[in-house]
Amino acid sequence: MNAPVTSTNAPRKLTTSAMIASIAEEGQRTTKAPFGHALARLAEERPEIVGLSADLAKYTDMHIFRDAHPDRFFQMGMAEQSMLGAAAGLAEVGLVPFASTYSVFATRRAYDFLCLDIAEPGLNVNVVGALPGLTTGYGPSHQATEDLAILRGMPGLTIVDPADSVDIEQAVPALAAAPGPTYLRLLRGAVPTVLDEYDYRFELGRAAELRTGRDVLFISTGLMTTRALTAAKELAADHIDAAVLHVPTIKPLDTEAILRETAKGRLVVTLENHTVIGGLAESVASCLAYAGAGVRIVPIGLPDAFLAAGALPTLHDRYGLSVSAIKTRVREEL
Amino acid sequence: MSSSIDSTLTPAVENSTDRAQRINALRESAYRIRRHALDMGEVQGQGYIGQALGVADILAVAYKDVLNYRADEPGWAERDRFLLSIGHYAIALYAALAEAGILNVEELATYGSDDSRLPMSGMASYTPGMEISGGSLGHGLGVAAGMALGLRHQGSSARVYNLLSDGELDEGSTWEAALACAHHGLDNVTTIVDVNALQADGPTAGVLRTEPVTDKWEAFGWHAIRVDGNDIGALLTAFDAARVHRGSPSVLVCDTQIGRGVPLLETREKAHFMRVEEHEWQVARDQLAHHHRNRKGSDA
Repeated sequence: MNAPVTSTNAPRKLTTSAMIASIAEEGQRTTKAPFGHALARLAEERPEIVGLSADLAKYTDMHIFRDAHPDRFFQMGMAEQSMLGAAAGLAEVGLVPFASTYSVFATRRAYDFLCLDIAEPGLNVNVVGALPGLTTGYGPSHQATEDLAILRGMPGLTIVDPADSVDIEQAVPALAAAPGPTYLRLLRGAVPTVLDEYDYRFELGRAAELRTGRDVLFISTGLMTTRALTAAKELAADHIDAAVLHVPTIKPLDTEAILRETAKGRLVVTLENHTVIGGLAESVASCLAYAGAGVRIVPIGLPDAFLAAGALPTLHDRYGLSVSAIKTRVREEL
Repeated sequence: MSSSIDSTLTPAVENSTDRAQRINALRESAYRIRRHALDMGEVQGQGYIGQALGVADILAVAYKDVLNYRADEPGWAERDRFLLSIGHYAIALYAALAEAGILNVEELATYGSDDSRLPMSGMASYTPGMEISGGSLGHGLGVAAGMALGLRHQGSSARVYNLLSDGELDEGSTWEAALACAHHGLDNVTTIVDVNALQADGPTAGVLRTEPVTDKWEAFGWHAIRVDGNDIGALLTAFDAARVHRGSPSVLVCDTQIGRGVPLLETREKAHFMRVEEHEWQVARDQLAHHHRNRKGSDA
């Protein structure tokens, strides 16, 4: 997938990266395949951990687990419905499966199987979806821009959108320990390592204040938390003091923390790597409305549209997910 | 695919008297399952009674001859699993679970009523002995594949049986799972296809042609046996062969007759959801009893 041919004098356009594109910014510390390593480590302590993939082990960091525990990895082929059904069957006999594919396939294609085979019986199956939101330039076939909207209505499903490698490493054992079904939005490949600089521990169902600030409250999830932290640091140069509340668990939502933090008279900005329909922004909005809190929200997220193909930095800038786009939006809203 | 039965695994040769007794006992079970299903159908005034009567012989053989389970401990870890992929056949499975001693016969009267443990479409969370919540068709075989992989991984000798219908062969997920079972060599899986040749919008041949069914399973790498699903002796032979077959999963393609055992319903225009008038339930029971007695007489 190359960019259109340009004349020799024009500046060279960025090109769509290969499948494993890093979402790390230049100079950012990264950790390789944190999910695969965390799962392989957990499996050493817990013999009931098993893994499955639908012909995407290598592209979901599941290959690390597969190579460490080959007898506990089940290749299901490019068949997501069968994979989630089989994951349910493995859980029915007492094993704890992690099943990985791309988010688009886990949600759009295999929804009925996640819903009825896994969620309805409340099984401890952990579905791991790579390429959440806008983390690939391949266009709508691979961009799971509405996976949270699809899944939030599923009763009993825990949904986690981790920010970085630290979050992923700590989430994996927590998801395995949680008795019911979970969905993890996977960041894979060279994943930014950021939260070790903060006094932070991943706790399922809990939001965490990573930074305090008087003027702006960023409520962020997933990779947008690392962007929010960078934006907050840079806004300080403009004498804008921004707090960051990281919400790694989308469901169940930490409504207590959200109501507490939004009651302090600051500009509230939600940030998510997902369409503004049905994800974090609307979760926060309904939480505030149900509590009778008349707080305006500025939603930063993807537009309600099928997005373009292209290079990720170009697309993140175009659709408002980049640090510079976040800063511009905050200045406009203040 | 030719059968590769290991002679050391073949059951000891049975004398003809033993076999006749085994078959007769199963015919009695099948009769009671049909009778229970008619009683439950009357409670609702309608239902999937045609399918229940058609599949009763298969369920009698499964629950009274094939499956290893503990009636008083439905969650026993070493049990064979019987998955009802066709959730709307629940009426038949409840009848079989009563015959198996997992449910009390008295409870069958609550079928389909508010707060009953026996809902119209089978759900695992409601009913002891119901392994999965089927009904969204094309789910059972995928779950069976996972159970079989897991049981084999754990060193268990328990087997997994999945009952699906020929209508479910329309669902792509059935074939995804068929590939997976064959690829992983899951010889602890037996699929039973109830070929009643009827689905919601009419005869299978007109809705979406699935024949040749046996050839399809063989092409997918399964050990396939086609059998008259209303012939208990033939079913016994087929289940015995599936149990000892090694190296690939087995499928029993069972041709069954909708309404079997009740001439009134056997000859009625075939419908997915068969209407039975209020006064006809007793007629159906009488015909079933008459048919059963005559058959016994002719066998003697």
